[in-house]
Amino acid sequence: MKEQFSDLPVFEIRPSSAWRMLDLRELWAYRELIYFLTWRDIKVRYKQTALGIAWALLQPLAMMVVFTLFFGRLAGVSSQGVPYPVFALVALIPWQLFSRAITESTNSLVTDQRLITRVYFPRIIVPISTTLAAVVDFLVSGGLLILLLAFYGMPLRLEMLWLPVFTVLLLVTALGAGFWLSALNVEYRDVMYTIPFLNQFWFFITPVVYSSNIVPERWRAVYGLNPLAGVVEGFRWALIGGGGKPGPMMFASTAVAIVLFTGGIIWFRSRERRFVDAIGSGGR
Amino acid sequence: MGNYAIEIEDLGKQYKLGQFQKYKALRDTIAGAFSAPFRAASSLLGGSSRQKQADRMFWALKDVSLRIRHGEVIGLIGRNGAGKSTLLKVLSRIVEPTNGHARIEGRVGSLLEVGVGFHPELSGRENIFLNGAILGMKREEIAGRLDMILDFAEVGKFLDTPVKFYSSGMYVRLAFSVAAHLEPDILLVDEVLAVGDASFQKKCLGRMEDVAHGGRTVIFVSHNMATIQSLCSRAILLDGGTVAYDGAVNETITKYLDLVHSDAVLPLDSRTDREGNGALQFRKFYAISKSRGITDTICTGEDVTFVVEYTSAAAGPLRNVSVSVPLWNHMGHHMFMCWTRMTGQDSAEIHPNGEFRAHIKRFPLMPGRYTLNLWSEVNGQIADWIRNAAYINVIEGDFFGTGYLAPSSHGGMVVDHYWEFVHHND
Repeated sequence: MKEQFSDLPVFEIRPSSAWRMLDLRELWAYRELIYFLTWRDIKVRYKQTALGIAWALLQPLAMMVVFTLFFGRLAGVSSQGVPYPVFALVALIPWQLFSRAITESTNSLVTDQRLITRVYFPRIIVPISTTLAAVVDFLVSGGLLILLLAFYGMPLRLEMLWLPVFTVLLLVTALGAGFWLSALNVEYRDVMYTIPFLNQFWFFITPVVYSSNIVPERWRAVYGLNPLAGVVEGFRWALIGGGGKPGPMMFASTAVAIVLFTGGIIWFRSRERRFVDAIGSGGR
Repeated sequence: MGNYAIEIEDLGKQYKLGQFQKYKALRDTIAGAFSAPFRAASSLLGGSSRQKQADRMFWALKDVSLRIRHGEVIGLIGRNGAGKSTLLKVLSRIVEPTNGHARIEGRVGSLLEVGVGFHPELSGRENIFLNGAILGMKREEIAGRLDMILDFAEVGKFLDTPVKFYSSGMYVRLAFSVAAHLEPDILLVDEVLAVGDASFQKKCLGRMEDVAHGGRTVIFVSHNMATIQSLCSRAILLDGGTVAYDGAVNETITKYLDLVHSDAVLPLDSRTDREGNGALQFRKFYAISKSRGITDTICTGEDVTFVVEYTSAAAGPLRNVSVSVPLWNHMGHHMFMCWTRMTGQDSAEIHPNGEFRAHIKRFPLMPGRYTLNLWSEVNGQIADWIRNAAYINVIEGDFFGTGYLAPSSHGGMVVDHYWEFVHHND
């Protein structure tokens, strides 16, 4: 008998300790679920819309037009010698990934509460797949950006090789914020009401419509405490070279992003075991 | 080690009463923070807040220790709130225990509900894959079993239609079909069989039998004793979060039914919502099962006696007494009534204190919860009339002695009958 069952996986169920790191091996074992939940979010988002995935293009396009008109033309905001539409769109695309990711992550655990109260899986998969779903829009609108760059005859640059690095930094920031907000929202639904405000606030402290050059040199590192400032300027620098080489601001942003991300995981993991109790069993 | 699929040691799960409120707003926490000093002060002044704290906690599971061997099929029974679902949730790792531990050998699949994660906008096929992944199946596994799943679900040409356009029957069939083809080492099932129409239910039961007899370890929660009897080799009775009995299926079921009796006698003295002149007053109602004694749970098909105790202020005998007990199902449909006038037994003279007993042979109602009224007339005047005086639970029983009952979708009653096969010679 003993031999027959010796190859079965064994696990222990017991009250867990308060602080746990991410169990990467378990996450890997659940990779298909990450895939399916991401796929579901993408699929469902554009079902029953007349324009479908075109929404991923329309939004940044419309914003770009408005910003170009009001900030670029009428207010005369400096765009570092680059056509303002390009200047704005380069920043808008990463911003929109972030904005969408935090908005949808925040509610993700609550939206999937039936799932959470009926089946076990690492809960962190929920905000992860929500964020990954936003990446699709990011890639589609990235296509738009390439067209625009070509249209304005922007040259190919060696710095573009840095793009994957900044994309990872962007994802780390978005996931970090998503972990915090989604876990907090399970216990305090107030969080979901702060999201529109948070979006606006964060948008204006991020150099999307303006360049971080308007911040005095000695304050840049402080300004970089907003991790998105570094991310957005990084994208701009890699793609169009505006704003000069990343300096202290970039380091500050990277550091904050990593702290946000790691802290988010630890916080999420420590609250995770109470999610079902906090959400309630949803009947029965 | 190695012999047990599941070893549970002193497992406990504590909940705070009121924890099931939907969510906490920040304001509650802030308000809590403000009132905390006052509470602390008041406890200093004599109130024992620790005691109050303990009052507001309850153990949904306490000191549960169990050993389940590989390949055992266990029935988990108990009254509502006994902790059955909580135990399954802890074993499925959905909720964390407060103390104790469990060791599980093998891949666990839990079926606490069918169709978890189904999305209305996605098609049947898409939902099969999504639901399969949620239940822990690999994509190749699902693809490999797709034909079987579809065959089982009978959704045919609607495979690529969004499930929001499905009839509820189709939806449930599809949902169960995915679940039924889950093949983990250990399967935890919470009362999910009561889905779909008659023939589909039978098919589900058949499928569960295959699973149960296929060498898999199964824990099966059900209120349906017939199902437990046919599927399980051992049954565990939970009560108040602890293991009340663990043993052979029939003994455990008997213990369960005993347990249900304990709160079966319903006092009526405190009821003020009664009508009538009070010439007679109902005092208690209970049912007696011929084989199991006083109970609030009746098995379909068993002989039952309804007992209505009454009292009266009258010095002498009561004259011209008529009594009736009508029953309703949960939909408010009138099922039947027992009435002395129908049986020609309106009584010319009865003692002022006593009880009315209505004997029912082979109780005909299908499983469910029924409410009943008590009504009486003395000398042509309504004496006492209590609406919704009591309720009784009916659970599945073997009416015909064949092991078969019609599914509840096919009528609320069982009618005694037999068939005759007549031969025609031409």
